Amino acid sequence: DIDDVGHKYYLELVLEDVLDKDSTVNCTAEVLYHLGNKNIAPDVQFTLEGELKNTEEADNIFYSRIKSLEKELVAENIPDSHGNVPPEMEPVRLLAWVASGYVIWQNSTENTKFQLAQIKRVKQVKRSDEYLEFDYTILLHEMVSQEIIPWQMTVLWHPQHGVQVTQDSRQPKHASQ
Amino acid sequence: MKILLVFVALVVAACGQRLFMGDQVLRITASDEEQIGLLRVLGEQTELQVDFWRHPTSPGHPADLRVPFPSLQAVKIFLESNSISYSIMIKDMQELLDEEKKNMTKSRRIERSTSTFDFASYHTIEEIYDWMDMLVNDHPSLVSKIQIGQSYENRPLYVLKFSTGGSNRSAIWLDTGIHSREWITQATGVWTANKIAEEYGQDPSVTAILDSMDIFFEIITNPDGFAFTHSSNRMWRKTRSINAGSHCVGVDPNRNWDAGFGGSGSSSNPCSEIYRGPYAHSESEVKAIVDFIRAHRNVKSVISIHSYSQMLLFPYGYKRVPAAHHQELNELAKKAVNDLAAMYGTKYAYGSVADTIYVADGTTIDWAYDNGVKYSFTFELRDTGRYGFLLPSTQIIPTATETWPALLDIMLHVLEHPY
Repeated sequence: DIDDVGHKYYLELVLEDVLDKDSTVNCTAEVLYHLGNKNIAPDVQFTLEGELKNTEEADNIFYSRIKSLEKELVAENIPDSHGNVPPEMEPVRLLAWVASGYVIWQNSTENTKFQLAQIKRVKQVKRSDEYLEFDYTILLHEMVSQEIIPWQMTVLWHPQHGVQVTQDSRQPKHASQ
Repeated sequence: MKILLVFVALVVAACGQRLFMGDQVLRITASDEEQIGLLRVLGEQTELQVDFWRHPTSPGHPADLRVPFPSLQAVKIFLESNSISYSIMIKDMQELLDEEKKNMTKSRRIERSTSTFDFASYHTIEEIYDWMDMLVNDHPSLVSKIQIGQSYENRPLYVLKFSTGGSNRSAIWLDTGIHSREWITQATGVWTANKIAEEYGQDPSVTAILDSMDIFFEIITNPDGFAFTHSSNRMWRKTRSINAGSHCVGVDPNRNWDAGFGGSGSSSNPCSEIYRGPYAHSESEVKAIVDFIRAHRNVKSVISIHSYSQMLLFPYGYKRVPAAHHQELNELAKKAVNDLAAMYGTKYAYGSVADTIYVADGTTIDWAYDNGVKYSFTFELRDTGRYGFLLPSTQIIPTATETWPALLDIMLHVLEHPY
């Protein structure tokens, strides 16, 4: 408890490589949830005790593949109802996961716990510059309220410049529900 | 005669022809020896192509005669003009053969899938209901299917009863699928029910449990929701009851129980995923279980299976006060999660609902506990969020396999600690 400021949490975590369970990196972090105004994202500071794996080769393969597509990539329901992800969609899913992390951070409070539930739709937007751009509609699952929240996000990515969420907005729940 | 019919059906099936369209089988009863003689003569008219399935032997005993369509009129005129009484036993042979063929194909299909049911896939409500009948069929002295009520949309609420006899023995209640989008739970339920049936008489623990106690297993606890996840919205959680005055449908069946009903761990808004309903037990899916457990009077454990989060939880959810049996439940949960982790290393958290996950009121296990069912647990199966509700079907069998020893721990403890 920090008077008049908010609640600070000190965390010790282990980061595990999604693609290689044996590859781990220790991490410490401080998260400050601000008192009062719930529209401010919590402050996060972190220190990695070690190095993250180099992913250059895989990044470049994915980058070249998308750049060379004749038609813009379009896909729906990743994973599908049975949890299946076509292998060529796996990087698209991982990209959404990273980008959704930003959206989740920006919208988290002490009383929320978000997970990416599904990519409802993804559409590539062709650009004249070197970046790849994807327009995602994702479903976020909030654990406490158990709500499934549709969210739109525009994601930019480049192997050397990383991920950027340039635009995001909460969408209304579908009328049919 | 049935054998003959089956043989003919096979011939027809093999030929794929409609050889017997409009043919009839007549049951003829000759009243005296003269009429018997007439019938024999009839049989010898080769151009009529009739054949006796049952020959005329003596008066008063029926003879069965197959008559091809083209000869029908002539034969009937002959019988009537000689006052020989007859009735039409088979009005159209081809129809009957087609029906028979259909039934044979159907049973062949059913027979094939009894031993080839794909436990590693997610199934529809029809497939699971069909499989339940197969399970009962395969283990008739152990498993039966009972109906405890109907869903809002009038689907049957089926419970599998595992019993080796006795009268109103102490019982363990298991349910999966109360939240329809948690597909890994119904799938685990199917695998587990099958496992229980298989292991009786093989595994000493299962045998000991079922020799003294009954198990009641409701695999599709929310059938309307489950059907909706297949047809319209994979992420549907609640029931499908219409809410008066709202365009939003459904009540959270795990906030609808009469235990701390109406608190901060549920919502009064029908559009909410944790809407508690207009009053406790408003949902027929919940009321059916309440009525069943109350009427049974001898249920000693309620285990309600959900996903996801990888947790094993016990009461309370509606208050942060420890349950009277907190220590015992905590120790049992600890043992169970350790045995679960021993299989593939899957880590589970454990503790009371309120301490471990969040405050939730009107839940199944809080109601069961407050109504005398000491050993009340909730499982939250795989995973911790990577796939969440959309757990790949390749993880069905591993999930069910690792959960099995944890379930056994609880059931054995119940057996060994009667109250």
